[in-house]
Amino acid sequence: MERLDPRARSDIYGRRINRAPAPWRVMSVPYASIMLASVLPVLLIADTMPLAPSFGFLMLLAWRMVRPGLLPLWAGAPLGAFDDLVSGQPFGSAILLWSLAMIAIERIEARFPWRGFWQDWFTASVIAACYWLASLLVSGASLTPEMLLVAAPQVLIGVLLYPIIARMVAGLDRFRLSRARTID
Amino acid sequence: MAPPSSRRSGFSKKAQYSLFTGYLLAGAGAAVGAGLLALSLWQPAAFAPVRGVASDVVAPVGAGTAAARGGGQSLFAGIAAYFDAGRQNAELRKEVEIARIRLAEADAVAAENRRLKGLLALSDGETKPVAVARLVGSTATSGRRLAYVNAGSAGGVVPGMPVLSERGVIGRVLEVGRISSRVLLLTDSESVLPVRRATDNVIAFAEGRGDGLLRIRLVNLGVNPLKVGDMMVTSGAGGYYRPGVAVAAIAKLTPDGGIARLVAEPAATNFVSILPVHQPAAIRELAEPEGDVPAPLSPSPASAASAAAVGAQAREE
Repeated sequence: MERLDPRARSDIYGRRINRAPAPWRVMSVPYASIMLASVLPVLLIADTMPLAPSFGFLMLLAWRMVRPGLLPLWAGAPLGAFDDLVSGQPFGSAILLWSLAMIAIERIEARFPWRGFWQDWFTASVIAACYWLASLLVSGASLTPEMLLVAAPQVLIGVLLYPIIARMVAGLDRFRLSRARTID
Repeated sequence: MAPPSSRRSGFSKKAQYSLFTGYLLAGAGAAVGAGLLALSLWQPAAFAPVRGVASDVVAPVGAGTAAARGGGQSLFAGIAAYFDAGRQNAELRKEVEIARIRLAEADAVAAENRRLKGLLALSDGETKPVAVARLVGSTATSGRRLAYVNAGSAGGVVPGMPVLSERGVIGRVLEVGRISSRVLLLTDSESVLPVRRATDNVIAFAEGRGDGLLRIRLVNLGVNPLKVGDMMVTSGAGGYYRPGVAVAAIAKLTPDGGIARLVAEPAATNFVSILPVHQPAAIRELAEPEGDVPAPLSPSPASAASAAAVGAQAREE
């Protein structure tokens, strides 16, 4: 069979016979990618204004939307705690806001069970914009009109970035489920 | 796409309970987060040790990207320099000539300075930096303007120390980890710094606006003596900074002072030096009487975090 078509006994996750997904990969990839996305913006030097949207939060939204049910409902709290350590926000802000976001998405999903890409994008955009405003309010800085003005591009970048991050999450999900373990 | 059927509870008691438990845990997470948030807004230094561990982990990675960033900047600057080399050459030659003259004048002034100081029996103690470090990162997603440097308590850095680049003031150490520390940049909207005009003694406060510019508020109101282009330097009040370090140049005038542009932009800086607190004795004195601290003299009355941290540190000594 393989002589006729090398891909006959395989699918997008690799060869099917004698192979299984690696359990550590199945478990760890979503959490590791969200934590990595939280750390990445730290490496930028933003001296005058916030430059990037919260990649960690966008990644959490994308995992939640692309793979409903993979992250438990309470996953926002521990991941948010990690984000708080590096993001510069007062400790607890992401724990609160990420938990609230997870609950909100769960409610929206229960209300509109049949969803598509456009609705996902809309939901993610609204939640990302609310998160941006809320995190500015609780940042511990005294909010000035100038600050709101220079932080506004963050929302736009976040909204435009969501589809790209969702595609990346889909790719990461293929990597997560690829059959890397050989069963003897 | 409908949610997977396993996620609908239906009549299964087990599924219903697990769904309920999920909501319960998420709600508890949110409640704990709200509590921690209230605590850290009330006591900003409360979680400093945990954050120190996290920044210690990130700092080595940041050192690598900082080196790459410096290389990239000099590469682009080199390419750009080729395009107008001729014109620039002529301009530079003219500038060097003027600079030579000014340098000679400065030598004369320095000599005179030494002589006068000798007459007054003042010792001009050259302050040595505690550490020279790289700016390895910043809080690029948050509304706060904090930066990370890769030197910490292992190198003798303590909260409150001023951070300078070769051009001027960058900010002040807020929290320290073992091999990294967090710096409150001047542009943060909680940062306040006492400054004076370089040429005379017009004193003011430089407050961050949160958008990269500083608001200069004059202490003595009346006719605004500032002009566009005036250089503001640290006044040394409060005891953290040594006087006379460049801070910002006035870009626009307002009724109570002006809007100023930073002299030392952290993004254009690779290495910073962390200096010891200029007058620790004065700060200790300010920190000790709890009730009647003369608030305007403290360099950053709004930044409760650093004040608390420095106060605690001063009390330990």
